[in-house]
Amino acid sequence: MSVRVVVPGQLYSYTGGQSQLTAEGTTLGEVLDELDCRHPGLRFRVVDEHGAIRPHVRFFINREPALALSCALADGDELLIVGALSGG
Amino acid sequence: MDQIVLLIGTRKGAFLLHSDAGRREWRLTGPHFLGSAVHHMVLDPRDHRTLLLGTRPGHLGPTVFRSTDLGEHWQEASKPPAFAPSADPKATSVDIVFWLAPGHASEPGVWYAGTVPPGLFRSEDGGDTWQEVPGFNHELLPNLREVIGPIPGGPPLHSICIDPRDARHLYVSLSSGGTFESTDAGANWRALNRGIAADFLPDPDADVGHDPHRVALHPLKPDRLYQQNHCGIYRLDRPGDRWQRIGRAMPTEVGDIGFPIVLHPRDPDTLWVFPMDGTENWPRTSPGGKPAVYRSRDGGESWERQDNGLPRGHAWWTVKRQAFCADAGHPLGLYFGTTSGELWGSHDEGDTWLPLAEHLPEIFSVEFAAPAP
Repeated sequence: MSVRVVVPGQLYSYTGGQSQLTAEGTTLGEVLDELDCRHPGLRFRVVDEHGAIRPHVRFFINREPALALSCALADGDELLIVGALSGG
Repeated sequence: MDQIVLLIGTRKGAFLLHSDAGRREWRLTGPHFLGSAVHHMVLDPRDHRTLLLGTRPGHLGPTVFRSTDLGEHWQEASKPPAFAPSADPKATSVDIVFWLAPGHASEPGVWYAGTVPPGLFRSEDGGDTWQEVPGFNHELLPNLREVIGPIPGGPPLHSICIDPRDARHLYVSLSSGGTFESTDAGANWRALNRGIAADFLPDPDADVGHDPHRVALHPLKPDRLYQQNHCGIYRLDRPGDRWQRIGRAMPTEVGDIGFPIVLHPRDPDTLWVFPMDGTENWPRTSPGGKPAVYRSRDGGESWERQDNGLPRGHAWWTVKRQAFCADAGHPLGLYFGTTSGELWGSHDEGDTWLPLAEHLPEIFSVEFAAPAP
């Protein structure tokens, strides 16, 4: 089962400049774990040590907000990672 | 001291300013991590090679990067400073890696890090992986919160000082907390704030809750500490435990409020401060818009103004706690970075000042480094 992941510019240093990836996992947390195996350090930059999504990062699954790591993904879903607008 | 590098951390990245022992020509390189706040960058004085940098972009979490070639290549820490995972909804997470300190000379590879919100971390592998210092994070900090209440998000843990005679003897300071001492490598801590004013606390003799801005221990006389506090300039000679307010000797119109304090590495009685306006609503600018360094050569008994070369007026900047340092030259060189992005230097112990770089982002930190040839 794979999902398509759209990566923001802030994470290009981890993905080697790739803006789109495919990843495995049935929840947001699993997808991030899998991405972190291939791109070490990526997960901690978007999720803190307690498993909370960082304040200026947003996730969307098929354009719907995903507010917890337990949010489910299905085969073919799109996961959008966004550096949220945080000021002017 | 064949080669000098000033390590400059700014709101928008890191820069390196290079020179040689003559200190006449300077060359700026960078930026590194453009767009990311760099709060501290330090070269390991034990191997003269390992460079550590604490950074956080606007959107992402904080981390540490390492370089062994003066920033030609960077490698991210595989386990950056982080608190133990917790299901408690009130649990805090590391927001900024604010302070980096190489460990004792007898412990190569050991580093300490201080964070915002306050936390103390230790690495034993040159900054690649970091662990909490549990005696501080899990014993002292919860008790401190009980006494002084919740600490708002901003206060940093800073000024990690290690007694050169004893690797187990540590001092750390935290704004909204005070200065603390451990003699067992961080397992147990005691407050060290007697004599320090705390105008913002109801109890003038409180044990904790003070606001040290920068604390420094003299490397040749480790029983002497100096402190620039939110409420004055102080000196402490151990084994005494009551700080003496040496800032009382500063000119009244200037006051003794500021962020940084710098010690002469070869003379325990000589030190420098950079006063700022701490009146009424705390502008935190140069007093009167006229920046000046003040030097004492007698342990703070008297002070002299040093502003030759600095702007004579309408210079409304200040110098943050990590942004003033000394080199190891003869005579001693001094360097400070401003909140308006200028780097100033003096090669005659503060008597005259020259601009060495300008138009940088807001400068958070300036550290002297003598890299390996």
